Amino acid sequence: MASAGLPVAGIRLVTVRRRASVPWLMWICFGIALLLVVLALFGTTLAPYNPSAQNLSDVLARPGGAHWLGTDSLGRDVLSRIMAGARSACLGPVVIAGGSMLLGNLLGLLAGYRGGRIDAIIMRWVDLMWSIPGLLVIIVVAGAVGADYWLAVGLLLILTIPFDTRTVRGAVLEQAPRPYVEAARTLGVADWRIMIFHIWPNVLPVAVANAFLNFAGSVGFLAGLSFLGFGAPVSSPDWGVQLSQGLQSLFQNPIGMLAPGAMIVLTATSVNLIGDWVYEQLSSRGAGR
Amino acid sequence: MTSRGWLLFISRRLVVLAVLLVLISFAVFTLLYVSPGSAINALLGTNPRTPGEVRFLTREYHLNRPFLDQFWLWASQAVRLHFGNSIQTSLPVTSEITARLPTTIFLGLYAFVLIMVFGVGGGIVAALNRRRLADRGIVAAAIVALSTPAFVGGVGLIWVFAILVHLFPVYGPGAGFVDDLWHLTLPAIALALTGMAYLVRHTRAAMITVLDQDYVTFARARGLSRARVLLTYQLRNALIPVVTMSGLILSYVITGAVLVEDTFSLPGIGQLLVQSATTKDLPMLQAVAMLVAVVIVLANLLADVTYIAVDPRIRLGRGSGG
Repeated sequence: MASAGLPVAGIRLVTVRRRASVPWLMWICFGIALLLVVLALFGTTLAPYNPSAQNLSDVLARPGGAHWLGTDSLGRDVLSRIMAGARSACLGPVVIAGGSMLLGNLLGLLAGYRGGRIDAIIMRWVDLMWSIPGLLVIIVVAGAVGADYWLAVGLLLILTIPFDTRTVRGAVLEQAPRPYVEAARTLGVADWRIMIFHIWPNVLPVAVANAFLNFAGSVGFLAGLSFLGFGAPVSSPDWGVQLSQGLQSLFQNPIGMLAPGAMIVLTATSVNLIGDWVYEQLSSRGAGR
Repeated sequence: MTSRGWLLFISRRLVVLAVLLVLISFAVFTLLYVSPGSAINALLGTNPRTPGEVRFLTREYHLNRPFLDQFWLWASQAVRLHFGNSIQTSLPVTSEITARLPTTIFLGLYAFVLIMVFGVGGGIVAALNRRRLADRGIVAAAIVALSTPAFVGGVGLIWVFAILVHLFPVYGPGAGFVDDLWHLTLPAIALALTGMAYLVRHTRAAMITVLDQDYVTFARARGLSRARVLLTYQLRNALIPVVTMSGLILSYVITGAVLVEDTFSLPGIGQLLVQSATTKDLPMLQAVAMLVAVVIVLANLLADVTYIAVDPRIRLGRGSGG
């Protein structure tokens, strides 16, 4: 913008902006994300106690030297359970965000680039899925066939795909009439090559931002299902399960329910912020020139 | 849009609505058959299996008839709001639902009003103070609230208002309107948080786009008062995308109520849904699922109608075209 009137000043402005790269808030978010990755991979091993070991003589202990976050109603160490719970909190959302990015982008590219009947069919399907309330479907299915973590993950994945499909299709529709697509087509490049190697890199910012958004959303959603008893099994250290058990003993050790709640909010917030930041970085990459 | 256009639009939407309802009711009906074991076992629940009981259930649910016949009989009963008896309490499902409906409607409307007032208000305040402290604070709070699921927010509120300060009651509904309002305040706030944050972001973005428009600059240049410009020029245009989201927010409030009612032990429809799914009370589950699905389908229709009613560009565009 500035370079239009004063080219020299404009160049300097751009250089300065690039050097002042990552704001401090993002470093905190990256730190939390890194911590989550470590906990999801090695949380059970790193935990000071066995997360499922009960100690009925030390029930509902307040936070202290031996148990930093106290113990729950069965005498299990809250900190260890938080660390071990990171796995089920992250694994499902990774599958959902990744799977939905893969399939949603494919459908979105097809619908946006091919148009016509394929577009009409895909979009009617998206509209139909859009009007289905996800939580209701999962609860009803869980009630009929029994609750299961991976069943919930699978259903949520199916319900998330239309969200990606719709946004990617919109972005593809913007790209399709551009000269580079026309040029590729004139050169006789195959349709699937144009879609994947020419258009897709240009809609990537939207796709990646959506993946982060989906991850953050499904962290809360899956924890909510576990909280209601339709996700992770009651014995698992899942944060949602812990929250629902901690709520029973809120007067004795409130940390037992506040710690998993705080972890859910921290995870979702930092992933949301990283998603926003990545989107800005990717979409302004070419614009600075 | 002309009145003929409106009629066409509404009738087309009603057809879609009817198709959707048939699909949903078919899916809900088949629940009885996708559950492991036979339908008789599912309907018996934990009750003892006696020949008399089996014969009664077979007759009651027409289990000896062909599948599509059964669906037809079930649907024609469901239209008259007969969903059978609860397996748990053996009372009619419908009476249990009507007993719980007021709490959920109260909670939902309360949360909806909170979302609309504070979501739109917060978004306007943020947009008018763009890049200042108030804006930064509201935007930051909105990001955190957006990442806080309703049940986590509810647990946080319980901790603050039950243990730190004894300000609001924490469990259960009240008796009478004022007491209800008092008891449902925390649940309504918990339910409203995410929706509020969503609306703040959308209102702020819409307001900021409108603030830079030429017609706003021109109105100010003509010497119109700030209040007049804000109310009749900016708000009217900025609120179009907001109003269209009200249907979405309504359906969010309905599903979110499930989690909030469970957190605060409120005897509402959401709690009933969770209970009937946990105890495999299939007639109850069918009725509640049907009710929630119908309400959400209607909320979506409402969203489409308001979208067209509120935006003259769409209304006139369609009318002159057709």
